[in-house]
Amino acid sequence: MARVVNVVVAGLGGQGAIKAAEILADAACRAGHDVKKAEVHGMSQRGGSVTSDVRFGDRVFSPMVPRGEADYLVVLAPDQVEVARPLLRAGGLVFGPDLVDEGALPNRRSLNVALLGALSHHLDIPEALWLEALHASLPERLHEVNEKAFRVGRETAARAGR
Amino acid sequence: MEKKLLSGDEAVALAAVDAGVAIGTGYPGTPSTEILETFGAAGGHARWAPNEKVALEVGLGAAFAGARVLVTMKHVGVNVAADPLFTAAYTGVSGALVLVSADDPGMASSQNEQDNRRYAAAAGLPMLEPSDSQDAYDFLLEAIALSERSGLPVMLRMTTRVCHSKSLVARRGKVAPPKPPAFVRDIAGRVMVPAHARPAHRKLRARLAEIQRANESSPLNLRKPGSRALGIVTSGVAWEHVQEAAPSASAFRVGTVYPLPVEALRDFARSVDRCVVVEEGDPFFVEQLRTAGIAVEGKPDAYRFGELSVDRVRRILEGDTSPAPPAIKGTPPRLCEACPYHPVYGTLRKLDCIVAGDIGCYTLGVMEPYRAMDTCVAMGASLGVGLGLRHVLPESEARRVVSIIGDSTFVHSGLSGVVEMVYNPPATGHVVIVLDNGTTAMTGQQEHPATGRTLDHGATSRFSIEGFARACGVKHVHVVDPVAEAGGFEAILKERLAGNELALIVARRACVLAAADIRRWDKANADQAQAACAAGCEVR
Repeated sequence: MARVVNVVVAGLGGQGAIKAAEILADAACRAGHDVKKAEVHGMSQRGGSVTSDVRFGDRVFSPMVPRGEADYLVVLAPDQVEVARPLLRAGGLVFGPDLVDEGALPNRRSLNVALLGALSHHLDIPEALWLEALHASLPERLHEVNEKAFRVGRETAARAGR
Repeated sequence: MEKKLLSGDEAVALAAVDAGVAIGTGYPGTPSTEILETFGAAGGHARWAPNEKVALEVGLGAAFAGARVLVTMKHVGVNVAADPLFTAAYTGVSGALVLVSADDPGMASSQNEQDNRRYAAAAGLPMLEPSDSQDAYDFLLEAIALSERSGLPVMLRMTTRVCHSKSLVARRGKVAPPKPPAFVRDIAGRVMVPAHARPAHRKLRARLAEIQRANESSPLNLRKPGSRALGIVTSGVAWEHVQEAAPSASAFRVGTVYPLPVEALRDFARSVDRCVVVEEGDPFFVEQLRTAGIAVEGKPDAYRFGELSVDRVRRILEGDTSPAPPAIKGTPPRLCEACPYHPVYGTLRKLDCIVAGDIGCYTLGVMEPYRAMDTCVAMGASLGVGLGLRHVLPESEARRVVSIIGDSTFVHSGLSGVVEMVYNPPATGHVVIVLDNGTTAMTGQQEHPATGRTLDHGATSRFSIEGFARACGVKHVHVVDPVAEAGGFEAILKERLAGNELALIVARRACVLAAADIRRWDKANADQAQAACAAGCEVR
């Protein structure tokens, strides 16, 4: 059985952490994987910490990424990087908000999608499926901005060779 | 068949559509809220009720008439609905009634972590528990079928992780529709005077015994072959954790949590050397299995608190009771920056009020910098608790007591508190502040009777909070905008705290997150009304 890929998206309420996790889960689903996604709603909508777990592979059981088993951490708020770090496995990768140059983004609000772009460089999911997932989860007027943000992130990761 | 990534809540809603559910009703509550929203968006007849008790009663009436009905609420909502629930087990239903209880182990967004599997046993109602979204879809259909077959309401117990996690779901398509609703008189079956209720109780126990026999071989219970050394009995999302934490163990996933298939579990326990029950929350299975003389190992006490996870299941199986690594401490939630309640809490702090609080976003007034809430117990409890404080505290302290409650919570269960206040007023009077932001904000901005819009945001009659208070005989009723008239709010509050009379102050200003939507919906409704007039209705 192929290993399950574990991603945790972390941020503060309203930053689009859950939206990013949704796009990732949808892209993995389109690539034919079994997928599970978990997060806690509720009080967290009021500006508190939000994390969303996405797991995909041949067969996923628990919807929650066990502590210390995240392969990738995507973090949208600078002060959440250290908060979320205990979730990461040894050798796992962190995609923090400083990874992409904000000035290169068409809109600050698309940081979540830019970091997905960086993550996408490391995952075996075809770019076309990422874009399909992006389009499916965002209104049409936001497609262009977010596609651009996705590419900025993807190219940044490719240049960094990580 | 095409599979879609759905949350457990969405899966239940789509199953309700496929089952031909005639009406879905409930009260918003995390993690159950999205069920009715999705059901409504998918074309189902979905309605928010003022509270869970009314929701269940509306559902019961519809099911008496032969319809298929879905009633949804969070775990603590079942406490509110418990009165009709217990007797509905005696009356039974003619159609199908499924009550979703969405429990919140770990209290992601709740005031307690009660385990509502106990309600199934206490009321004597069959209960099913799904483990993922596909189960949630399938089990709702099974619950409808079981309710029709047995004539009993059926409870579907979900938990936060099953409600909100997404996994792949294949829909089955429409199932055969029920007969159209019609009234068939059954006085002995539905009028629960003692002479009717006594035989009804016996009938209920006989039905449960039949269901228990059927549950012994129900396909909703899964038996996974594995090692003889370790067998695990589990249910709900814990089943998923178990498969990951102990892939080689034998396992029995209970889908029919009540009545429990005790003989099948006895047989399973016999087949393994060590049988461990891994259940989230209370020792519900452990107690029943031990009562039946089945030797099982339960989880150490420390694991009764909070939700389970793969890590915690591993630790349970290893008998590890050493302190867990500290929980990941994130940023706590707080009132939104532009929340209209800031000046209210600032004033309460400034006047050093003793604040009997209630349940909603505004409970966050307890956080720094205000720390302006002294009690929060249950929906609507602010009124009774505030009155109780006023009755016994020395006058100087009694004068500082206010009850503070949100608009949706007020309609949910604050009304009878106002009646109590007028009926038994404290010597110093009392002051109630209704924080009216025009929405059920905490759960994600749902409508309620005082918004004047239904679940799908269409126009309906608006319940008037101030009109209700006046009609009850509250002497001083004020409506203020706490932001535009912050000084006015403080002046009114001071004056009312100094007097000995009853006052209700509505602090009204729209939730910043909902304000734009509210304007859009109201405009759409006004345009629609105008268009209807233009199309020929008589203007009166």
